[in-house]
Amino acid sequence: MLTFISKRILEAIPTLLVLITVSFFLMHSAPGSPFSGERTLPPEVLANINAKYHLDEPVINQFFYYLGGLLQGDLGPSFRYKDFTINELIAQSFPVSAEIGIWSFLVALTIGVGCGVIAALRQNSWIDYSVMGFANLGIVLPNFVLAPLCILVFSIYNQLLPPGGWNGGAWPYLVMPVIAMSTSYIAQIARITRGSMIETMHSNFIRTARAKGLPKHRIIFQHALRPAMLPVISYLGPAFVGIITGSVIVDVYFGTGGIGQHFINGALNRDYSMVMGVTILVGTLTILFNAIVDVLYALIDPKIRY
Amino acid sequence: MKRTLLATAILTTSLLAAHSHAADVPAGTQLADVQDIVRGGGSEPATLDPQKIEGTPGSLRARDLFEGLYNLDGDGNLVPGVATSYTANADNTLYTFTLRQDAKWSNGDPVTAHDFVYGFTRAVDPATASPYAWFIEIPSIVNASKIIASDADPSTLGVKALDDFTFQVSLERPVPYFVKMTAHQTMFPAPKNTIEKWGSDWTKADNIVSNGAYKMDEWIVNEKMVFSRNANYWNNDKTVINQVTFLPIESPNAELKRFQAGQMDLSYELPNDHFKQLKREIPEQVVITPHLGTYYYQFNLTKAPYNDVRVRKALSYAIDRNVIANFVTGTGELPAYSFTPEIVNGFDPATPDYATWTQKERNEKAQALLEEAGFTKSNPLSFKLLYNTNENHKKIAIAIASMWKKTLGVNVTLENQEWKTYIETKKHQQFDVARAGWIGDYNEASTMLDLLTSTHGNNDGKYSNPEYDRLLNEAKTMQNPAVNYNQAEEIAIEQDMAVAPIYQYTTKRLVKPYVGGYFPNPEDSIYTRDMYIIKH
Repeated sequence: MLTFISKRILEAIPTLLVLITVSFFLMHSAPGSPFSGERTLPPEVLANINAKYHLDEPVINQFFYYLGGLLQGDLGPSFRYKDFTINELIAQSFPVSAEIGIWSFLVALTIGVGCGVIAALRQNSWIDYSVMGFANLGIVLPNFVLAPLCILVFSIYNQLLPPGGWNGGAWPYLVMPVIAMSTSYIAQIARITRGSMIETMHSNFIRTARAKGLPKHRIIFQHALRPAMLPVISYLGPAFVGIITGSVIVDVYFGTGGIGQHFINGALNRDYSMVMGVTILVGTLTILFNAIVDVLYALIDPKIRY
Repeated sequence: MKRTLLATAILTTSLLAAHSHAADVPAGTQLADVQDIVRGGGSEPATLDPQKIEGTPGSLRARDLFEGLYNLDGDGNLVPGVATSYTANADNTLYTFTLRQDAKWSNGDPVTAHDFVYGFTRAVDPATASPYAWFIEIPSIVNASKIIASDADPSTLGVKALDDFTFQVSLERPVPYFVKMTAHQTMFPAPKNTIEKWGSDWTKADNIVSNGAYKMDEWIVNEKMVFSRNANYWNNDKTVINQVTFLPIESPNAELKRFQAGQMDLSYELPNDHFKQLKREIPEQVVITPHLGTYYYQFNLTKAPYNDVRVRKALSYAIDRNVIANFVTGTGELPAYSFTPEIVNGFDPATPDYATWTQKERNEKAQALLEEAGFTKSNPLSFKLLYNTNENHKKIAIAIASMWKKTLGVNVTLENQEWKTYIETKKHQQFDVARAGWIGDYNEASTMLDLLTSTHGNNDGKYSNPEYDRLLNEAKTMQNPAVNYNQAEEIAIEQDMAVAPIYQYTTKRLVKPYVGGYFPNPEDSIYTRDMYIIKH
């Protein structure tokens, strides 16, 4: 197992390097610059700004400056939020999204797996249809509809929850972002769980367990659930990264100050270092959680050994 | 010369007599116990460093944190700030400001002429790399251009502290509107010790020192910015609001929800789509005021047939501006027939002839002109109309394209581009006709008209008329430039139709009925220190 983990870490380095290189040059090839705006700056003024950010040098030099900084853990200055560095902005916004994300993940996992299992055990019954109907609400109600709808119901019609803000993560500020964030994941998890559970329940070892007269709850919790979870787990790795790195809709509607909006705004503002920062963050997390999923696989499935 | 001196003396005295900026609570108003306000702040500002701020969200907050030599009142008139008075020499090239001795930074240090020297100098210093360095260049402060181009040392800038409380500015040529420009954040004082101690971190909540009515308590990017009273502010006794929170919300729809849920007292803007409904449901909370800016369509004059004035006139005449302003935007905008908006200070743009015609007459002229230029039904004009991706621009483009189609048989393809791409496309003249808009930086007609001079960096259509350039250049040193401005308008619009003005901007906000003292001027410079919360 240790060899496997160290191998994964070593593999991650070239992967990240390719990701960084491709993103860097793609970003710099987009038309415009961080400093192009409606008002054209006088050439001398623009020259001073470009010199300050090394933008007057060839892109390849800029790339090596960036890599140099990165090796020292410096993600560079933000071109959009000029009073902050990318390290500061990520340090401020990532914990917010991570907190919303972890709660959303737990909610999605509990409800999603619960719905999937119930639906699978009562396959094609009204319970199956209604449970899956509920779970699938998340797909028909995307979060850009759900977020304003939540505010309308919980903050405008009934003044139960604050319509936005973060306030250091006080729970009333957390409820609506978690609802908006978790619904689409509930649907996905429930669908995968249901499919996989149905398949497992029809497999030979479950039939054997039944034939041996094991009580139903033991069959489900001890024998069926573990193998049925394998496809769910492979989905959860990347899903977890997606959920903890936030959503632009949640950030914009609830004004949480999370990291989600930096993805879109970074690109729109040509905030090169911001785009690079969040790409590296997501890249690293994705590699990390895929590795964790692989380890979990080995723990759950006795057939898999590294 | 005697007359100029006399005029200066009268001006100085009248400014001395003008009321100072502060909340003016009418007698009998019962104030609320809690004087805290939550304001919509638009998007998160790029910086709070006054010399580097370039967007409205930044200026909005800087007006609460800092104060310059003068401020602007609700009508756009000068009101003393850190300066109590000024004198100008006979040819208006040397301005001497007397500063009040009780102005202090939030750490208790006095605000001195040296802070202004430092502020002005760092704005042009190439090391600061300020995108607003050109603002010091516009009034031609001695050596500003040379310093920006790294041809002179920043210390040679034409600003001087004669003593701690006397600040002097030398201009290379007389600029009548110079004092008004001092209300802009680029010309605010800067706290040298703090900036040198903290470097680019000086604007962080823990480090920042400010000389305005408020000081910063908290800044959480994309969540909120909280300011509280600066007890050291010279006019703190007249300030009523104790705490102001700015919520950075980019989406007008998201902002509306926060306002409706009672989390905000004064919005930054309001979504156009909800305007009619809001006007019906909460008319007293929808406040519309004119804004110093024009929405227009730009023609690419480097390309045929847009270099033909007949084509440009035909396209411009065929736009029914009343329909656009009243029905398509429908949020209180005024149709625009001249480039300078009507509310601009000191200049009343003369009504061009085509503004006095009926739309039917305009359409007939348009048809005749386009036919004369060689475009008929069998040989129709076809082009692309470029705009940046936005629902409102799209609606206007669809409406105008259909007016052109109906009146002139012109085939228009709409082309939307993401903001930065759109800017690049325009800058490289890779368009036929493009949507454009301009908001003035200072309340004087040249803030708009300069845009159409042949060397202006934003003259994307590349309009060029030597007579126009001459008139505007001459206007810069004139005491009363209105004559030149009118001639310039006549040449650029009436004669050459360099651009097609469409409507004059407005500022639209939602204001809770208990917010008093909200009086935006045409530049939309509003100050929280003028406001108060009425008991409700």
